[in-house]
Amino acid sequence: MNFMASKQPENSLLGPEADSQRTLYPYVTGTSVVALKYKDGILMAADMGGSYGSTLRYKSVERMKSIGKHSLLGASGEISDFQEILRYLDELILYDNMWDDGNSLGPKEVHNYLTRVMYNRRNKFNPLWNSLVLGGVKNGQKYLGTVSMIGVNFEDNHVATGFGNHLARPILRQEWHENLSYEDGVRLLEKCMRVLLYRDRSAINKLQIAKITEEGTTISRPYSLKTYWEFSAFANPAQGAVGTW
Amino acid sequence: MPKQQANWSPYDNNGGSCVAVAGADYCVIAADTRMSTGYIILTRDYSKICKLADKCVMASSGFQADVKALQKHLAARHLIYQHQHSKQMSCPAMAQLLSNTLYYKRFFPYYSFNVLGGLDNEGKGCVFTYDAVGSYEKVGYSSQGSGSTLIMPFLDNQLKSPSPLLLPVQDAVTPLAEAEAVDLVKTVFASASERDIYTGDKLEIVVINADGIRREYMDLRKD
Repeated sequence: MNFMASKQPENSLLGPEADSQRTLYPYVTGTSVVALKYKDGILMAADMGGSYGSTLRYKSVERMKSIGKHSLLGASGEISDFQEILRYLDELILYDNMWDDGNSLGPKEVHNYLTRVMYNRRNKFNPLWNSLVLGGVKNGQKYLGTVSMIGVNFEDNHVATGFGNHLARPILRQEWHENLSYEDGVRLLEKCMRVLLYRDRSAINKLQIAKITEEGTTISRPYSLKTYWEFSAFANPAQGAVGTW
Repeated sequence: MPKQQANWSPYDNNGGSCVAVAGADYCVIAADTRMSTGYIILTRDYSKICKLADKCVMASSGFQADVKALQKHLAARHLIYQHQHSKQMSCPAMAQLLSNTLYYKRFFPYYSFNVLGGLDNEGKGCVFTYDAVGSYEKVGYSSQGSGSTLIMPFLDNQLKSPSPLLLPVQDAVTPLAEAEAVDLVKTVFASASERDIYTGDKLEIVVINADGIRREYMDLRKD
């Protein structure tokens, strides 16, 4: 199944070995994740869709998971690779707990670990096809970072993956400010998710919003956003171009 | 069915410009704080400058993941050096280490364009400039990154470096005072931000002199 338009490979460093085991393209994918810092911690939103090319195959995919005591991970891209990452993190958190020394890995540490994992896989030309968002709070310090499938990583007050970078970040740049209340943060995230729902072909109207604070993580039950399709600009799309669709 | 080719690239260019200027008893290293990919700005507040040793600072632009990995690698090597020699690495020593580290990955390069700046063992400013695979040169000033084509000619005009082919060997460090050099760097970035889309947001300036290291920021165009 090849729905990706293939383009000229930029690197001619791949040898003639049997590359059948390396990732070439993703199969089941999740779309944007959007997250922002607010007064008490981090808010993150992602829809529950798992697309198989242009088919909306899975509609209850949880793309945000709590990691350890202090972190929340959201992922877009290949779902099976996200599940693999969760297995890596399970082991990481397990070994951290086994020290039983009162210390626990914070979001900064988990983000660093994920960055190293993604970069090392990229170095072996076998990437985990995900864009990850890692948020959390530890000892009152809020943290929000992101890492891409080739290892590009940074932290900021608001981050997004995929289409979210094109559609949500501009809204966040305009309307985000320090010490947003929980209600304002949710309203802002929903605004971003609504725009994505209107304009991202792979978005579905079934989303979860997750909150992480010093007290812990809550991932909301799935719900849908109210939409409005009666904008006059949408009313007669074929106007002036009869026969178009 | 012909063999499938990978349709992803292990590289990306996250943009940005870096500059370093050496003086008689100081060194100025500067870089913008914008991180982009394609036509998207990822973040406006990302530092491209890394302090490798007490008197040695590196600014790198290019592919951020490779830059980060390179910085980590050098920091780790510096720590080992300190354990083994009970002293900090000098700037010329770090310069050679950086070159060797880059060439080690000659056949899968770090996509990182670096300028190294600091004080040598006599306290005189020194700047080293690199390409992605480690060829380097000690110079009086340099720029790398997306805005370097705009910045370098201007620096050449203002700092007028003597030819390294002249005899007797002439000093490449600028006779400008520290404050004048910082001002020049600010001017240079303000100009680069006008025409290079990948340069802008904020300028981070690091100055190393006998008193230590100090950091300064200046706003740049956000468009």
